[in-house]
Amino acid sequence: MHLNKSSRQHQTKATIFSAVFIGLGQLYNKQYLKGLIYMILAQLFFWNYYPVAYKGIVGFITLGDVPTKVIQGKVVQGDHSIFLLINGLITFIVILLYLGFYFMNIYDARKNGALRDEGKCAPRFKDSIQTMKFRKLPYLLLLPAAFFVLFVTVIPLLFNVLIAFTNYSAPGHIPDRALVDWIGFRVFYDLFAQESWRSTFFGISVWNLIWATVSTTTVFLSGLLLAMMVNHPKIRFKKFWRTIFILPWAVPQFISILVFRVLLNGSFGPINDLVTKLGFSPVPWLSDPTMAKVSILIVNLWFSTPFLMALMSGILTTMPRDIYEAAEVDGASKLQNFFKITLPLVLLATAPIFIMQFAFNFNNFNLIYLLTDGQPNNPDYYYAGSTDILISWIFKMTLNQSQFNMASAVSIIMFIFIAIFSLWNYRRMKSNQAEDLV
Amino acid sequence: MSKIKNNLLVIGIYMIFIVLTITTVYPIIWVLGTSLNPGNTLLVSQMFPDHPTIAHYVNLMKNTDFGLWYKNTIKIAISNAVISTTLVAATAYAFSRFRFKGRQQGLMTLLILQMFPGFLSVMALFVLLLQTRLLDTHLGLILIYAGGSISMGTWVMKGLFDTIPKSLEEAAFIDGASNKDSFLKIILPLSLPAITFVALNSFITPFMDFILPQIVLRSSEKMTLAQGLYNMVANETNSSFTLFAAGAVLVALPITMLYMYFQKYLINGIAAGADKG
Repeated sequence: MHLNKSSRQHQTKATIFSAVFIGLGQLYNKQYLKGLIYMILAQLFFWNYYPVAYKGIVGFITLGDVPTKVIQGKVVQGDHSIFLLINGLITFIVILLYLGFYFMNIYDARKNGALRDEGKCAPRFKDSIQTMKFRKLPYLLLLPAAFFVLFVTVIPLLFNVLIAFTNYSAPGHIPDRALVDWIGFRVFYDLFAQESWRSTFFGISVWNLIWATVSTTTVFLSGLLLAMMVNHPKIRFKKFWRTIFILPWAVPQFISILVFRVLLNGSFGPINDLVTKLGFSPVPWLSDPTMAKVSILIVNLWFSTPFLMALMSGILTTMPRDIYEAAEVDGASKLQNFFKITLPLVLLATAPIFIMQFAFNFNNFNLIYLLTDGQPNNPDYYYAGSTDILISWIFKMTLNQSQFNMASAVSIIMFIFIAIFSLWNYRRMKSNQAEDLV
Repeated sequence: MSKIKNNLLVIGIYMIFIVLTITTVYPIIWVLGTSLNPGNTLLVSQMFPDHPTIAHYVNLMKNTDFGLWYKNTIKIAISNAVISTTLVAATAYAFSRFRFKGRQQGLMTLLILQMFPGFLSVMALFVLLLQTRLLDTHLGLILIYAGGSISMGTWVMKGLFDTIPKSLEEAAFIDGASNKDSFLKIILPLSLPAITFVALNSFITPFMDFILPQIVLRSSEKMTLAQGLYNMVANETNSSFTLFAAGAVLVALPITMLYMYFQKYLINGIAAGADKG
């Protein structure tokens, strides 16, 4: 027992030294150069950053004390709550990185102390660099990506989440004329407690779910049918048909949506022009709430089917022929073939794509925004039209109405929903693959 | 009996094909026709104008910043393709070939981040760009695009890297190759489809996206094509619609050709992206 204790002497001491002062444990381990570099870096950083960090955290907590005012015709610059919020966020991340460095330094001292306890020497500086090049290569490779993801995705995302807990919204709390304050969960409370917010949220959610489900299913089926028709053995010029039908996929989507917006226009659109010339009354393609939803589904069918058709063609050609031959022997009809063999097999092969399409359609902002812009108006909704889905509603609240806090509250709820859905999907696929291996 | 039925089926399919062909081609022909139509309004425009004119194209080049927009977009697209592909390849290589602490968590993070619609972070990006003085610069836009492409492309490329047998590299290592050699000489050539997919996707994004440029780029001479075209239609009229049609044709033509040419890569790439794990 006693022997055991003393045999860990170096390890314990080095750990404690590094915990007390960054770099000290390394010096104790006789890694002088490394210890010095650690010390200097840590001290330089700490004393330079300390005042900035202090200001950043105070700003984050208070979100500013003085708004910008105009006193006697002069503008007196005050605090900008939103800038303070982001600065605070960045400060926290830098502190976290510093803490990470601190723990790495302790871990390093502990490991090398243990080496010394075994009677070996701690690696020299040159050797450390050599092993680092080899062992830490994946981290080096990931560094640039991590940096990008941190600043372009993670910080904005955290910022977006934080906004939901403030009163950042028009008309009362737009910096820098006014300050923004933390208000806890009140926005979420309003969303569910206030009648008009609640009905808007639920109304849009229901349409969003219907839209995602129906659009994915219709496109899936039409793609499958089209692929089966093109693949039919008696059909000639297969390549020609395929090229024509793939066209809508190749045309840039935003252009085709904008074109459809004009084509379907109720008053000067060419389609209604044709309809009236044929003697029918004009169809309110985009101006009637129900009709607009149908139009969206049809337009979606127009440019989403080709991609599915191309995919299904590939899958259909890999179908095992012997199953169909066996079915023929048993006297199965064409319809039975389709429902009992083709559909289940295709579904099995395309399940991941089906789910990805669902998630994509759920947030298909471009289609809604460019085709109808959420119109026609719905008087019962807050800042939304009848065809708005959650994401376009959020967009409107953010960019047109400056209801930033409500927008971010809704986006958090939406994000949780999608994240759970995708994680479930990921797990399910993993288990499927495990089964495949057996 | 079944032969007649079969023939009827084939005839039915051909009929459906003809209807589908009309509906598929109609909007495309219509835009082409409109862009060649004399006059400015939609109502008089014909699918096949009697006196086709290229006046709108000339007008577009002379009186708008269209040429500049085109140049900007191509510049952004190429830079984005290069930066994104490099970043994604490095990230995917690390995730595919090394086992290190935090690997699972890293992959999971990318998966979740990818589901978060990018433009929700627009507010914060705006402030960040403002503070780093990157607002209204192409560099700012390129950096945001590159950052966004990582979470999307990494899974696709990692999936392809995973299919390349490790024994190939091991053999190379025995022959004295370094990590760099094995990456450049073995992995890269074998994963050309995934690389083409990621590069193409990041090349095309700036042509399609108009929300991000709308927020980052302010001055007209810095705008991208999608942004400029969208503003033409959103400007609420059918008078500039003929101009839009001409612009749409000029944008759609090269992109459509790219898509048709790289069809296989693009479709397989998306399918691979869905098949994570």
